Amino acid sequence: MKADPFQRVLFTVYIVVFFLYLLGPLAVMGVSAFNTPQYPQVWPIEGVTLDWFAMLFADQDMMTGLRMSIWIGLLVVAISVPIGLAGAIVMTQIQARVRSAYYLVVVSPVLTPGIIIGISTVVFWRQFTGQTGTRFLYDGVVLTVLGQASFISAYCMLIILARLQRFDRAQEEAALDLGATYPQVFRHILLPFLKPALASAAVLAFLSSFENYNTTTFSILSDKTLTTVLAGRVRQGSTPAISALAVIIVAATILGAIAYEVYKRRADAAAARRQRAALAEEEAELSGTPAPAMG
Amino acid sequence: MAAAVELEGVNITFGEFVAVKDANLTIEPGEFFSFLGPSGCGKTTLLRTISGFIEPTRGRVKIAGQDMKGIGPNKRPTALIFQNLALFPMMTVAENIGYGLRVRGVARHERDEKVKNLLIQVALAEHGHKKVSELSGGQKQRVAIARALAVEPSVLLLDEPLSALDLKLRQHMRTELRAIQKRVGITFIYITHDQGEALTMSDRIAVMNAGVIEQVGDGRAVYAEPRTPFVASFVGENNRIRGRITAAEEGLATLDTPLGTLRGRNPVGLAVGEEALLFVRPEALTLHDNGSTIGFEGETLDVAYEGSVTHVTLRARTGQKMTASIGASTGVALPVAGERLNVGFRPEDGLLLAHPGRH
Amino acid sequence: MSGSLAFVLGLPLAVALAFFALAAHERRTGTATGPGFFQRNGLGVGLYLIIAVGFWAFFIILLPQLAMVDMSFRPKLPPAQMGGPKDVYTLENYRYFLFGSTTSTDAWNWLHIKAFLLTIGVSIAITVLNFAICYPLAFHMAQSATAARLRILLLLLILPYWVNEILRAFAFRVLLSSGGIINQMLMGLGLTSEPVDFLGADIGLYMGLSYAYLLMMIFPLYNAIESLDKNQVEAARDLGAPWWHIHAFIVMPHAKPGIASGCTLVFMLTAGALAAPLVLGGPRTLWFTPIVYDRFYQAFNWPQGAAYAFILLVTCIVFVLLVLKAFRLSLGEITR
Repeated sequence: MKADPFQRVLFTVYIVVFFLYLLGPLAVMGVSAFNTPQYPQVWPIEGVTLDWFAMLFADQDMMTGLRMSIWIGLLVVAISVPIGLAGAIVMTQIQARVRSAYYLVVVSPVLTPGIIIGISTVVFWRQFTGQTGTRFLYDGVVLTVLGQASFISAYCMLIILARLQRFDRAQEEAALDLGATYPQVFRHILLPFLKPALASAAVLAFLSSFENYNTTTFSILSDKTLTTVLAGRVRQGSTPAISALAVIIVAATILGAIAYEVYKRRADAAAARRQRAALAEEEAELSGTPAPAMG
Repeated sequence: MAAAVELEGVNITFGEFVAVKDANLTIEPGEFFSFLGPSGCGKTTLLRTISGFIEPTRGRVKIAGQDMKGIGPNKRPTALIFQNLALFPMMTVAENIGYGLRVRGVARHERDEKVKNLLIQVALAEHGHKKVSELSGGQKQRVAIARALAVEPSVLLLDEPLSALDLKLRQHMRTELRAIQKRVGITFIYITHDQGEALTMSDRIAVMNAGVIEQVGDGRAVYAEPRTPFVASFVGENNRIRGRITAAEEGLATLDTPLGTLRGRNPVGLAVGEEALLFVRPEALTLHDNGSTIGFEGETLDVAYEGSVTHVTLRARTGQKMTASIGASTGVALPVAGERLNVGFRPEDGLLLAHPGRH
Repeated sequence: MSGSLAFVLGLPLAVALAFFALAAHERRTGTATGPGFFQRNGLGVGLYLIIAVGFWAFFIILLPQLAMVDMSFRPKLPPAQMGGPKDVYTLENYRYFLFGSTTSTDAWNWLHIKAFLLTIGVSIAITVLNFAICYPLAFHMAQSATAARLRILLLLLILPYWVNEILRAFAFRVLLSSGGIINQMLMGLGLTSEPVDFLGADIGLYMGLSYAYLLMMIFPLYNAIESLDKNQVEAARDLGAPWWHIHAFIVMPHAKPGIASGCTLVFMLTAGALAAPLVLGGPRTLWFTPIVYDRFYQAFNWPQGAAYAFILLVTCIVFVLLVLKAFRLSLGEITR
């Protein structure tokens, strides 16, 4: 910004305050995870301890909830990614005159409050399983997976659709022309092309499921996930063990982000290097001089 | 032996739009055949019809004597090289080349053997393990060719595959394509809007305009003996003069033009009184000192020296612009801008064709 | 009730048939060309597409919503009487929302109505507040930050994104509690002698709500402003346009879809928030979603809960429609 010094100072103050607001509460919680007092406290630091982490891991309900959350997350990935994929493909094939209606239906869960999705899922499946004699399906895990799948599938669809719209139809035609059948085109060409989007969708689906509370709290019935256990604990009172959990989640996120960044940079650099080598080789070929040895 | 490809009264329409109109054509086995025309002339539509992506609205496509109606692109003995090549980015070079064999269920060792041979043929023996994105433009071209040849098509279809390359590489690839075709001996059908490509590589060329095949013939025929005004002006540079036939003799005719009375060959047998177009190639125009009585008068507007040839832009009395090309080896003195000259040509270098829409 | 089962199974079938009728019609009239659905995808993939999308659209999205709406118009009955003569459509649950229990002496059900209006009002206020907080940063990131700086900013923003809603609310409780660091500072500075009861006064709740969905505003804004050509802003500046003019007439009109998308998301999430009110709400806190929750799991009156949920849903739909109308946008433009 080319602005006068006063504006620049004002803007810097704004940025600092913004990130203080954004990260401050997390930092406060983080510090309290290592401070000894029973009640989460930042100042004064009375002693550094890892007890709260130990307490967290000793909490049977939390650990059961964690296992349940992971299990539900995996099931949601297994359901939402295929549904999102199908939803995106249908979006590109459906008749133009019904496309907007279809879009409205499948995107609506994104704009629907989570508790409403939870409520409607429970209401419907209670009736449906009752009437069809499939009461065994009226189960916290099944309902939670179905409820979360409604909007998480929509997230997946939007991610996959964005990549699908960049798909070069000539790829499909080239495969057909070489003798592939339509199912082969789907398996060999379309799916590998969509793989990065499918991977992003899977990661997003798992994380969204893992941290979901609003839908889950209705649909989980008598079971417990990490978030519902957590909500119960938080309502009972504050303990630094909860801060410890937050620290673990934030640390895992940072490590994941860094690992991904490093991997991506390395892959990009390697690809660029090989591309340059190929160009140099061709240049040499055309001008008739022997290509320099390339590593 | 049956013709490689036959088109019988092929019409292709999209709604109201007529993309291809009444195409009749026979392409012989082993021929390098080009469709030449401006973009939107229907040549790509025709190619996609032969490869099976489009069903003709009317008419028949036969390949090796067999009617292709209802036979999908994956069942035809053709292979198509796409304009953007459409190589599979998630596969290696070898996997790309072997893809057609893979979907045909060819056993792995047999496939590997064949891919290896093809890699050697297109001088990519060391590159089989690479990803497509790691190749240069010319290497990608060769992968596309090898991938198409792997399935041993009886007809190879090429949709302007060289258009994305830079000039030097494009010229190099022309020679290479022609050499490959000679070696494998199958029919090549090549689509291009670049007359240089069509003329240098093809055995025969079909010139297309607005969905209609205007003329079919070898390179010399479409350049020297164009049958329609479109072919005359699209293939190579041409000067065009409108006029009316005043006399027609054996092979030649005289016509009255705003530039004066001119003479030219009359291959289509235009009769006296008909509106005609006279075409004269820039290299057929001769420039003389003002004062001689040949041809018509023109003023030199611009002299563009290009080394082996010099292009002279002239303005005739009527304001019409023309181009004359003077070869460096002819030893003719170059005019300067502003100079007034007399422009002439031999009657046998002038070509008379009917004025379209004035029959 | 067996009638509703026929509906549940019949609706997807009817829609599927309608689709194939439409496809056949388009094929006959020539508006559709190219291979048909099963030819295009193959039988296996074709069936997968139909089953996956059909199950999603009907059994996960539409039918549950319809079941909820249907239930909201039914009386609360013991299971034995369901489907019996007393199971008739009624407006009782909606009447209760407005006027309360029939035995109550008040004219209106003020407790619930107030909570509802407060929820909507506060949600709108928080939406506007978050827009004001996020817009300058989004603009800076999209238009003038250097690449290196942008990476850092994005990382700092994404980090709290994956922290659970409950934990975010919990962080505020730690921050604002009577022994929390804010109160310690205020007292240390001598601004107050007693700890301020932020949580009891609902300040904690409102801050927590604003905080929780801050990022739902900043990312849509950033994406929308990012696509604006930097030269346009430069040109306007060169022409001497004042800064507010540039934002009001160049940047914001361009970023309309992002603004609408951010506002819709923040409003929906705030109005539907359940974690923050549970964690940060005081004993007297009024918020609509806990009331809905209590209809189900405290009062065990599911039809009434369904009615309350439907009221919330309609409110959100109306809000989305109003935003779309105000910004003259289509749904497709804001859900990206």
